[in-house]
Amino acid sequence: MRREPVLRVVGKLLIPYMLLFALYVQFHGDFGPGGGFQAGVISAAAIIFYALIFGLPAARRLVPDAVVESMVALGALLYLGVGFAGLVLGGNYLDYFVLDRNSVTGQLRGVFWVELGVLITVSGVMLKVFYIFASRRRPD
Amino acid sequence: MMAVAVIAIVLQRNLYSVVVLGGVYSFLMATVLVALDAVDVAMTEASVGAGISTVLLLGALHLCGGEEAKPMQRPWVPLAVTLAIVAVLIYGTLGLPAFSDPQAPIHVHVVPRYLSDALVETGIPNVVTAVLASYRGYDTLGETVVVFTAGIGVIALLRSVRRGSKEGS
Repeated sequence: MRREPVLRVVGKLLIPYMLLFALYVQFHGDFGPGGGFQAGVISAAAIIFYALIFGLPAARRLVPDAVVESMVALGALLYLGVGFAGLVLGGNYLDYFVLDRNSVTGQLRGVFWVELGVLITVSGVMLKVFYIFASRRRPD
Repeated sequence: MMAVAVIAIVLQRNLYSVVVLGGVYSFLMATVLVALDAVDVAMTEASVGAGISTVLLLGALHLCGGEEAKPMQRPWVPLAVTLAIVAVLIYGTLGLPAFSDPQAPIHVHVVPRYLSDALVETGIPNVVTAVLASYRGYDTLGETVVVFTAGIGVIALLRSVRRGSKEGS
């Protein structure tokens, strides 16, 4: 697929907008449909699209394995960390009201970080699974 | 149309077409969910069910070949078990309250509070996000850990170990 000019041009045009759309879904999740899970999948799909068109090695240069693997753990740790932040600030575990003096702002802040954690873990896992599957050779 | 897709999946022997038909089924399911006003779920169904899982299944098929194996024996026993379970499930649905019944137990417990107070308490207009990330934060934490565990499992099972570089360093 390396020499398909149409695919390469269309891919180059579309992928930035796919990533932008993932960010929109992520940060507009408070107001419309969307959130961490969907945004994570969409951003992983953008990278997978890139890998399908330009080849797996190019995608692995763009988003190296080490980054993807740390994303898998980082997102879950971020989520757990928000919970512990609530504990440290004197509330219950995963209590967002204590994250700010104004409880509504605290809620928004907690939801923001939690959704970010979900995004990071989901897109990391999806990308990693794709990398592993795509890099295996067919057993002959 | 979904029934047509399912029958085509059952009859099809080429697994590549089965995967693509599965994606078609997921998109149809997503439109059904939009019709039911469950936009968040529809979005997840379209992106995960029709998008990522199709790609991953195609990747798996590339590794293990695209023709369905011939069945080893007659499928009567599994068929009977399946039909029995379907009968039990349908019998179970008879006990559910009518669709969109406002007096159903699920609609009178905590839902009124979520719908009336979510915007005031969390400042988030989308009630789905408010419930998912705030009221039910533990559940979403559990889901995230499930995704994390699945990823770790795949990494542990399938990652190609470079023994030489590790022992050398």
